[in-house]
Amino acid sequence: MPVPEVKDNFAGSVNRITLGATKDEGGTRSSIVTIGGAKNVVYGGCPEDAGETPVIAMDVLDSKPQDWPDALAEPYEDVLGSPADWAKKCVDEFGAELICIKFDAIHPDKGDKDADHAVKVTEEVLKAVGVPLVLWGCGNDEKDNQVMPKVSGAAKGEKCLIGTVQEDNYKSLTAIALADGHFLITAAPLDINIAKQVNILASDMGFLLERMVTFQSTGALGYGIEYAYSIQERQRLAALSGDKMMAMPVICDVGYESWRAKEAKAEDSPGWGAVTDRGPMWEAATATCLLQAGADIIRMRHPRAVAAVKKFIAEVWKNTG
Amino acid sequence: MALTGLDIFKLLPKTNCKKCGMPTCLAFAMALAQKKVKLDDCPDASDEARDKLAAAAAPPMRKVTFGSGENQVQIGQETVLFRHEEKFHSPTVIGATVSDKLTGDELRKRIEAVNALRFERVGTKIGVKAIAVVNDSGSADSFAAACEAAKTASSLALILVSDSPEAMAAGAAKVKDRIPLLASATPDTAEAMAKIAKDNGCPLVAGAESIKALADLTEKINRAGVEDIILNIEGPGLKNQLGKAAKMRTLALKKVFRPLGYPTISFVCDGDPDTQMVAAVSLICKYSGIVVVDTVEPWALLPMLTTVMNIFTDPQKPVQVEPKIYKIGEPDENSPVMFTTNFSLTYYTVESDVEASRIPSYILVVDTEGTSVLTAYSGDKLNEKTVADAMTKLGVEKLVKHRKLIIPGYVAVMSGKLEEATNWEVMVGPRECSMLPKFLQEVWN
Repeated sequence: MPVPEVKDNFAGSVNRITLGATKDEGGTRSSIVTIGGAKNVVYGGCPEDAGETPVIAMDVLDSKPQDWPDALAEPYEDVLGSPADWAKKCVDEFGAELICIKFDAIHPDKGDKDADHAVKVTEEVLKAVGVPLVLWGCGNDEKDNQVMPKVSGAAKGEKCLIGTVQEDNYKSLTAIALADGHFLITAAPLDINIAKQVNILASDMGFLLERMVTFQSTGALGYGIEYAYSIQERQRLAALSGDKMMAMPVICDVGYESWRAKEAKAEDSPGWGAVTDRGPMWEAATATCLLQAGADIIRMRHPRAVAAVKKFIAEVWKNTG
Repeated sequence: MALTGLDIFKLLPKTNCKKCGMPTCLAFAMALAQKKVKLDDCPDASDEARDKLAAAAAPPMRKVTFGSGENQVQIGQETVLFRHEEKFHSPTVIGATVSDKLTGDELRKRIEAVNALRFERVGTKIGVKAIAVVNDSGSADSFAAACEAAKTASSLALILVSDSPEAMAAGAAKVKDRIPLLASATPDTAEAMAKIAKDNGCPLVAGAESIKALADLTEKINRAGVEDIILNIEGPGLKNQLGKAAKMRTLALKKVFRPLGYPTISFVCDGDPDTQMVAAVSLICKYSGIVVVDTVEPWALLPMLTTVMNIFTDPQKPVQVEPKIYKIGEPDENSPVMFTTNFSLTYYTVESDVEASRIPSYILVVDTEGTSVLTAYSGDKLNEKTVADAMTKLGVEKLVKHRKLIIPGYVAVMSGKLEEATNWEVMVGPRECSMLPKFLQEVWN
């Protein structure tokens, strides 16, 4: 019996965007990163439909993390207090294609540091590494609105990815990201309708849809990953059906979420294997799982997890036809 | 292929006799196409109509079982490409290998290592469900001996892995009462392997490098009298496997292409445990009914098994935890009491953050029909009455000497009414539970 043809009639595709500005484009980046562009679901259609290779953004915190498990802190022991050295280590030793500065310490409950601190960290990291940057606020609306516009300004013209903006707090950061030539992360709490709404709101302010990246919120493996998974699949299908408001590439926060899981950090769990192995594997599994649902940028933390996921990406997205 | 209302209409008597309760045969046909009525409701339907409808109604992907008794496993019968469209039905069976090159103590230890790959997480038991005996030795005698050893030392479902019909026959003869899965028949060994499967009443894996060759092979095996077939794309590369698996699933479900209407198996036996774990996770998500790995490291298996658990949950049904009082650490009469909802995602997030605080606590789980704090509050499933009732019913008063209740920051607005309803002092917790450790450490100590 002849095997029938499978034809997909997708009208749309995921937007393709390029992060980072080199000297020629008025920035100082030595490398750039292009993401998105998928014209089918993951593993669907022909090889060229897969779009750009997904990338890993390695997290660098703006201050020494207080609550990292030993297994996670150990590879960074010598650099945790210096964001610039930390970023350099991620790029030089672990092959990070993007660095995500997470401004945890500006949060009122986690150090309450000011805009000067955040600007200094941004400038130092920009100097230390040549990869494009992701600039991620602390999650406290008031503080983010105070500090992140300054951060945006400090990286003006570098074509960073900055965020996040939410349904009820988007105006100030959207406006400044627009003025400084950055790309914007629109965030929603595992709710595809709110995700679309945020995109519409930012777009109404004149921010180009083609310069946005969506953050649907991430659940770790074992802690709600299936919600993020299905929302990402639905977003991809919406993009393919031609919905311009949902055609953004997707970013996931795998590092933070997976290291909160009990399985990743519980020291005393007989029969589960050594905690030094479990943590990185929990992070790698979370990232791999979300890649199956369509993820374009994955924020990660542990070098061993990064290595395992990079190996997977290289194998599965390689252009061998 | 599903029949349309008009297709069905052509098969009906077209008498408009109304015996089925519908005004016309056409109306009945339309209702039947939407599965609102059964063909049995039509007393005059011909045998031809019955046969055609039964064939059309057969599931696009066959259900296959192997193993015996309590440890029988079931795969297949999937209906969708994306879990949000309905749900994935048969959770991927994870198996681990045992080489027949091992003998004596080494063999026994390996089988025990596979048996031990069982875990309990969030109140559910998960584990490896199959043991795959691999004919690495090339010898039929060694294979038969290893199969027998696995049967004796393990109650898991058996998978017999050999390219040699001679070894397969020897192995199957030893363990056929356990209904093992035989892997694999190739285009070259199809007839011999199909005969072994048929004689022993076992399902058979069909292995080929291309989709076309695999479809031809299953038809051949089927003609030889074996109906329970499992597909295996052979050949190198994970990209190759994942791509072809997705295409086969589409052909089976969207085109109802019967030669590929079977579940699939993948063997992940190359590379270090990290590489195997990552490959296995991708294959679980994208369409493998069975994944066999070589590693027996618990830290590599736990994430795979959790992936199965998560991806195969029913997306239509909120996952709930039992509404009761959960003790975190060893709380006493002075420990904090807080409440949350019985939506499992909400509960486990709160649980992990309370654990992180290292302050022994009680978490009171209020039954909100599996909805999150904000959803439950707006749906009036979380209000001063439901909280007060849960406190009374679960006897919170007897647990602690104090009368202080920590409530989620998102429902701070219910503080006043809740104080009235319970006579407890309400303390408003953080909106995000990631702030709970800090809150508890500062406010409670």
